[in-house]
Amino acid sequence: MVQVLALATALAGFWVLLSGYWLTLIVALGVASIVLCVFIAWRMDVIDHEGHPIHLTIPGLTYFPWLLKEIVLSNLTVAKAILGDKNARHPQVLRVKASQSDALGQTVYANSITLTPGTVSISVDDGYITVHAFMDETAEGLRSGEMDAKVCKLMGDATPLVGDAKT
Amino acid sequence: MDMILDIASWAFISGGIIFCLIGGYGLIKLKDFYARLHAASLIDTFGVGLIFIGLMFQAGFTLVTAKLILILVFIFFTSPTATHALARAAINHDVLPDVDTEEERDLVRQTKTTKSSTS
Repeated sequence: MVQVLALATALAGFWVLLSGYWLTLIVALGVASIVLCVFIAWRMDVIDHEGHPIHLTIPGLTYFPWLLKEIVLSNLTVAKAILGDKNARHPQVLRVKASQSDALGQTVYANSITLTPGTVSISVDDGYITVHAFMDETAEGLRSGEMDAKVCKLMGDATPLVGDAKT
Repeated sequence: MDMILDIASWAFISGGIIFCLIGGYGLIKLKDFYARLHAASLIDTFGVGLIFIGLMFQAGFTLVTAKLILILVFIFFTSPTATHALARAAINHDVLPDVDTEEERDLVRQTKTTKSSTS
């Protein structure tokens, strides 16, 4: 029920931001489409903790700035490696442990890996993520397990020991 | 004040353009499919991000900035999905990465999903 309300609020905010008009007809149309969307989502049974993870809002406030920082840093590393000579690049495949307890946590982790330049997750199975890394630095960053621990913290799971995430 | 905003805006947009160019250069120069994925991710994180921040300086505290932020959020959520889908398509068609050892290639081979399986 909380999630239904949260979805309706988010859709209302989305509508207001995109429209910016307060004419009666437009607002009425907006309300109608929000009701329709929420109804369809409820019928499809997709309003759950996975489809609408509102419980991650507060922990997300520390996770996303950290992820942004990682994205900026690895952008610079990868850009340097593209412009630099061949020795700077060392493509490799590695498997890292995804210590999250549920599918949502592993999805967040795998997506974060792909979003960070220099690492692309190519498969998730049995709690392990197969990753293609562009160079040693980005691969080492992943092997250290720091991001794994951060995502566990975001999801409210028991945090693994950093440095213990190697295969 | 306008002057400062314009300078900041241009600095960010130029930075974004530089990263888009580096990413594009990497896309052409790198030989391996998987390495090219990394070059492309430069464009859809830093390239797009910096250009949008520059545009936000131009728009100021208006509805346009809110829309720019929304677009940025959507790109950040969808681009990893697209990258992952590309990698999966490559694996399923036996494109293997150019890496040092056969073990690493085996790791990739194991993740191949055939059309009939649902994993």
